[in-house]
Amino acid sequence: MSSVASVHSLWTVAADMPGRIPAPHIEYAQLAPTLIVLGAAVVGVLIEAFLPRRSRYYAQLLLSVVALAAAFAAVIGLAAGGFGSAKAHIAAMGAIAVDGPALFLQGTILLVSLIAVFTFAERRLDPAAHGNRVDSFAAQAAAVPGGKAEQAAVKAGFTTTEVFPIVLFAIGGMLVFPAANDLLTLFIALEVFSLPLYILCALARRQRLLSQESAVKYFLLGAFSSAFLLFGVALLYGYAGTVTYSGIAEVISDGAKQIDPALAGTMGNDVLLLIGSALVVMGLLFKVGAVPFHMWTPDVYQGAPTPVTGFMAAATKVAAFGALLRLLYVVLPGLRWDWRPVMWGVAILTMLGGAIVAITQTDIKRMLAYSSIAHAGFILAGVIATSENGISSVLFYLGAYSFVTLGAFAVVTLVRDAGGEATQLSKWAGLGRRSPLVAAVFAIFLLAFAGIPLTSGFTGKFAVFKAAAESGAGWLVVVGVLSSAIAAFFYIRVIVLMFFNEPKAEGPTVAVPSPLTTTAIAFGVVVTLVLGLAPQYFLHLAGQASVFIR
Amino acid sequence: MENLIALLVAAPLVGAALLLCGGKRLDRAGHWIGTLLAVASFAVAAVLFADMLGKAAGHRALHQHLFSWIPVGGFRADVAFQLDQLSMTFVLLITGVGSLIHIYSIGYMEHDERRRRFFGYLNLFLAAMLLLVLADNYLLLYVGWEGVGLASYLLIGFWQHKPSAATAAKKAFLVNRVGDIGLSIAIMVMFTTFGTFAFGPVLAATGDTGEGRLTAIGLMLLLAACGKSAQVPLQSWLGDAMEGPTPVSALIHAATMVTAGVYLITRSGAIFNAAPTAQLAVVVVGAVTLLFGAIVGCAKDDIKKALAGSTMSQIGYMILAAGLGPIGYAFAIMHLVTHGFFKAGLFLGAGSVMHGMNDEVDMRRYGGLRSYMPITFVTFGLGYLAIIGFPGLSGFFSKDKIIEAAFAKGGAEGWILGAAALLGAAITAFYMTRVMLMTFFGEKRWNPAEVHPHESPKSMTIPMIVLAVGSVFAGGLFSIDDAFVTWLEPVTSFAHGNSPVSATAVTAATIVVLLAGVGVAWLKYGRKPVPVAAPRGSVLTRAARRDLLQDDFNHIVFVRGGEQLTRTLVQLDHSLVDGAVNGTAASMGGLSGLLRRLQTGFVRSYAVQMLGGAAVLVAATLLMRSV
Repeated sequence: MSSVASVHSLWTVAADMPGRIPAPHIEYAQLAPTLIVLGAAVVGVLIEAFLPRRSRYYAQLLLSVVALAAAFAAVIGLAAGGFGSAKAHIAAMGAIAVDGPALFLQGTILLVSLIAVFTFAERRLDPAAHGNRVDSFAAQAAAVPGGKAEQAAVKAGFTTTEVFPIVLFAIGGMLVFPAANDLLTLFIALEVFSLPLYILCALARRQRLLSQESAVKYFLLGAFSSAFLLFGVALLYGYAGTVTYSGIAEVISDGAKQIDPALAGTMGNDVLLLIGSALVVMGLLFKVGAVPFHMWTPDVYQGAPTPVTGFMAAATKVAAFGALLRLLYVVLPGLRWDWRPVMWGVAILTMLGGAIVAITQTDIKRMLAYSSIAHAGFILAGVIATSENGISSVLFYLGAYSFVTLGAFAVVTLVRDAGGEATQLSKWAGLGRRSPLVAAVFAIFLLAFAGIPLTSGFTGKFAVFKAAAESGAGWLVVVGVLSSAIAAFFYIRVIVLMFFNEPKAEGPTVAVPSPLTTTAIAFGVVVTLVLGLAPQYFLHLAGQASVFIR
Repeated sequence: MENLIALLVAAPLVGAALLLCGGKRLDRAGHWIGTLLAVASFAVAAVLFADMLGKAAGHRALHQHLFSWIPVGGFRADVAFQLDQLSMTFVLLITGVGSLIHIYSIGYMEHDERRRRFFGYLNLFLAAMLLLVLADNYLLLYVGWEGVGLASYLLIGFWQHKPSAATAAKKAFLVNRVGDIGLSIAIMVMFTTFGTFAFGPVLAATGDTGEGRLTAIGLMLLLAACGKSAQVPLQSWLGDAMEGPTPVSALIHAATMVTAGVYLITRSGAIFNAAPTAQLAVVVVGAVTLLFGAIVGCAKDDIKKALAGSTMSQIGYMILAAGLGPIGYAFAIMHLVTHGFFKAGLFLGAGSVMHGMNDEVDMRRYGGLRSYMPITFVTFGLGYLAIIGFPGLSGFFSKDKIIEAAFAKGGAEGWILGAAALLGAAITAFYMTRVMLMTFFGEKRWNPAEVHPHESPKSMTIPMIVLAVGSVFAGGLFSIDDAFVTWLEPVTSFAHGNSPVSATAVTAATIVVLLAGVGVAWLKYGRKPVPVAAPRGSVLTRAARRDLLQDDFNHIVFVRGGEQLTRTLVQLDHSLVDGAVNGTAASMGGLSGLLRRLQTGFVRSYAVQMLGGAAVLVAATLLMRSV
């Protein structure tokens, strides 16, 4: 049978026997976290459509917080019900895994998102426009920057409350991403959380052109990388005849058992496997911001509204690393002698590249962007360990890092001058003299970034380096420690700038936030210190959650 | 009875605490409290001594365990005391001479505002010195060792308003630190070798230990002794230490503290006996110092510095004797005790002279004082006769034995050491006669209009008289039936040396060189008038006036050398270490600036880079498979 005929027969067979397609069996309870969040997002859209403008903000905030809290509770419930360990299995017809890593990462994402939504809802930092309290988002996103429509919208006190359902959609995608158990679900989840992020990036209230530019860049490059990923998915399907993780893994380890007639020429061809897996991995490396797929990070981090930057830097990284872990540990373990050396190279480039380029940054958000690149490198070192310790160290690191990042970006929103946030590093000189508390909190976050003991950064870094060293990548650890030393330079430099330099006469002021941002920052500080001082319980938790279902 | 031992240390320690923390309300009674507690300590010592004499020679040692100081795993340090014949000798000397000097100081320091503090320091010194000689282990000895160093520092610099005194105190402290390092290293090596620092087990185990270890310990102990006892090469601080009040010079820098080195070596006799190299080093140090000090003593016009040179020289004799092993230990200690009497007496006499001469110390401005201060003259004169070894007086017996023992060392060494000791005796006679003649004889070289020499008060003369009695009779008393040697034998063991020269010949030679020294001094300073301004003198004289260039040597070798070393290190730090650090930082910065340019801001170039990255990733993955 020729391949053309076989494809035709697939269509005709399907058309002939509609009754034989089994009704999909969906475990709604086990998918509850995702479903709650996506459902709330849909309700949020309806709120935008039907509620009057003035009550939307409170309704949206309430809905988002309740939905995220409920979803988090659902995750806790599933974990308590043993789905993280003994009862772990693959739900939704093989599309979504419910296992330890998935639940741990979903819990982290939900908690991070909850805190991020607090910073989204902050309305006291920007000076009230025409008597209206406004947040960090554009008055009317569709209005041309600087145009009449925009002025009118500002005057009317409009705010873009759509950000709440949009971010809920993104969160929904992120929850699926690390749990996706086949390549198509992976791709769909990627798009579900990427598209809302592109929009969110374009919504800054100030410096709107910069914001829109960053969104377009992110969108273009994101689409570009999605294309690579999708191409990789196609090649892997060509190789294995299936898109499920376990199916591909089986073909890699045991060879193809039943040759699909339509794929007779390609199945079992290792070249397809190698190129395909490299391209899928590349798509994920783009999302985590690893060198050389990191170019979007500084531009987008700088241009996006700072709460969105914090959210992206924290939650996207968690979701993307979760997906990468599952891909490498479930699909490609049989191929690890091929991908490990390549990933070593990527990790080294990422650690060194992020740390070195960060040295010369003059904008605090760009500096934090490069810092996030360097951290992606450190996490990759744990990913490559290919051991349970590697998985648990990465899980721990992601949790620790995301709260530090959220807190740090939340502090950035506080330091303002006439033009909005004062992100120029030089403007931060002497901040410690004017606002010792804010500067001290930021210093704690910087020390955690630098990996100084007694902060969560040290514990996390120690865990991933330990796992990497145990897996025999000692020299990778050496490079990691060297880049940490380089990175420490620019973190500590900010501390020096804040505490040991004279304040400038026309320096920025520190706005007094509402309890929302205060909570976010305080939560970041508490998590940073607790994970630094008494990490044992959380290390244990991450250790328990480190087995993937296959 | 052994429970009394702690009281010896406790009494002066309580005194020090009271006087130093008591504040101004004790100003009027302070000196009485200090003196009383010193005398109390002496009384306890006397009781213990009487008790000890009543026991058989082999059972005289007492032991008192106070408490465990640092019990950590295998490391055990106790606060425990050991009172044997050697310690007893020191305790009597320290508390006896110490009490006398406390009494003397009541008069001498009468007009000093800070007299209470002075007595507090003196009590602190007594407590530390007693701790040093009573400790039953090296670690506790080290505590006392540092304690006397502290007291010495505080007392040398007592008149701290004088820059010279402050500098002298610092110098003494620093030089002593060098020696202290020796002691601490010795204790560490001891612990790693024997697993303990208690005298008993350490000294008993020397037979089973390698000679290398013992030599190392011995040399380090010798370094410590050199520091504390002002022996070459760590002698330079003693002359300057005379900046302290004269009672301090008498007690600490003549009679007791500076002899701690002799105690240390004698106490560690078993180690030195088993390490001949270390022992040889000890005798060399002793012989060199006894000549060095004597030569310096000849050239000094400052009466206290002349006596300081003499102290150095006499301790050289003791160290020499201690280095001779069992044939010398007893004589080292015997000379130490007799020296304690006559040198303390001489210093107190010098203090008395200064007291009557408006604190003038230059002997060229003395002269003919014998009729103005008769008691001082007689007591100083007896001390003088004792130190030069005039037959029948204390110094004669003890020094003569050391010279004999030096010859008995045997071989060429014996001859050299014996000759050095004899030569030292001649020089001693010379410079002490010089001091005597310049001070008490000849014409007056002072202005009667300005200075009114007078005898000192009773509180000062009585201690001088008591010490003079000791200077005259102690040596003879000790030598009746070899009483002193027999007394110490259970601790130090004793061996008769086989001298190549008969004892009579040595004695005769000693007397001959003594007379020669006295004669030459008389020719130079007795027959001719002494010029008030010092003559230029020969090269040797000028060098001796500068302490045989010891400070110049230290300055050139250690100070300049040290400065050079630090400069080099700083330079290395700047160029090499900082250079590497700054270079790395600069190159990272440069690299950062370069890499930054890749971030053009153009999405098209980003896309190209991603494409390139993807190509490399795919190529690398394929390459991994093919290799």
